[in-house]
Amino acid sequence: MSLREFGPSEIYFLLLSARWTLLLSVVAFAGGGALGLLIAALRVGPWPWLRHLAAGYVSFMQSTPILIQLFMVYYGSSFIGLRPDPWPAAAITFCLNSAAFFGEIFRGSIEAVSKGQWEASTSLGLRYLATLRLVILPQAALLSLPPTVGFMVQIVKTTSVASLIGLVELSRTGTMINTVTFQPVLVFGTVAAIYFALCWPLSLLGQYLERRLITGRERRVAL
Amino acid sequence: MNYVFQFGPILARWPEFLYGVWRTMELTAASVAVGFVIGVLGALGRSFGPLWLRALIGAYVEIIRNTPLLVQLYFVFFSLPLLGLRLSSDQAAILALSIHLGAYATEILRAGIQSIPGGQIEAAKSLGLSRRQIIRHVIMVPAVRAVYPALTSQFILQLLGTSIVSAIAAEELTAIANNMAMQTFRNFEIYIVIAVIYFVLVRVCDLVFRLASRFLFRWKT
Repeated sequence: MSLREFGPSEIYFLLLSARWTLLLSVVAFAGGGALGLLIAALRVGPWPWLRHLAAGYVSFMQSTPILIQLFMVYYGSSFIGLRPDPWPAAAITFCLNSAAFFGEIFRGSIEAVSKGQWEASTSLGLRYLATLRLVILPQAALLSLPPTVGFMVQIVKTTSVASLIGLVELSRTGTMINTVTFQPVLVFGTVAAIYFALCWPLSLLGQYLERRLITGRERRVAL
Repeated sequence: MNYVFQFGPILARWPEFLYGVWRTMELTAASVAVGFVIGVLGALGRSFGPLWLRALIGAYVEIIRNTPLLVQLYFVFFSLPLLGLRLSSDQAAILALSIHLGAYATEILRAGIQSIPGGQIEAAKSLGLSRRQIIRHVIMVPAVRAVYPALTSQFILQLLGTSIVSAIAAEELTAIANNMAMQTFRNFEIYIVIAVIYFVLVRVCDLVFRLASRFLFRWKT
């Protein structure tokens, strides 16, 4: 019936392909995190124009499916005269998309630091940037830790969507192996198990950090 | 930069987009309805059930929340026929989406149940309310109210998530866009239009949920 059986070499093949899932996740995390800082800065900054622009960007990214964003970047590359290529398209899309979510996480954390801290800093004679750097950001960084780790899980899972523009990562390899073995329970069970092995530790870490942060201080929800 | 935008031939096919919107809303509504029921039962079971049931529901929630929707969809779509269940891609899509949302709804509603002080349930018992009445009026309604924003934003994520089911050729907005792209080759324009449609859909749903909360939860706490 099928061309080949699902055996150890198929599992090995799936494990190998998981590095592309990991690579894309790391790229999205690094690029998205850096861009997210910029977006958060614009969102809490003193320039109304840029505030609205950043808010619009976040709103667009959070209100359209990532799959559509991926298609837009993929096919939009012909707009600037390039041939569509899955890897750059996926890397760019995931950075741009996670930047919006990171921006919201960071902004929420900055705004969760109580107003009294700003006022105290001002009364001590600190300027805007000095207040931000010395007083607000260290506290906000701590608050943003649990949702950031939680969002990393989201990133790893979402990279599976990149398989739909032909990027060969874990999910894509799964469908390829399924086509030749036709043992979907084993194939997708294994694929799911690999994703689970990547995501679950992060989930647990996120929950642990959240619990640790909440004890002993007022609970503030960042986001 | 010699790309010439041609929106005309795409916008001329607006009835197809309309149909896609209808299908997407159908998939969302069906999976939200089933997922919400799973969530209510799951949250009750996880909060008040016997130990083995709590562990079982816990495992379900963790497995679903730590694997991608796309893989869940493939699993359902390709595996169930082996068990003799012949599902159309629409049915497989609704099933997978419901199972997916059910896990998130369980977790969100469980948080809502936890926010209810134990004394209220004891008070309800001492007032002679029946089990059913307690579950409904003292536990679930206040719990849903407490987590309403989180729950409805999960529903909106579900609306965005339905775009994924185009991967198994279930008919909805994204799948229709893909078909149209193959026929017209105006891919970039099509996906811009589709993005705008999704954006409007999400904004509208958000508004509806906000307005609904005013009618649903009019009493004071």
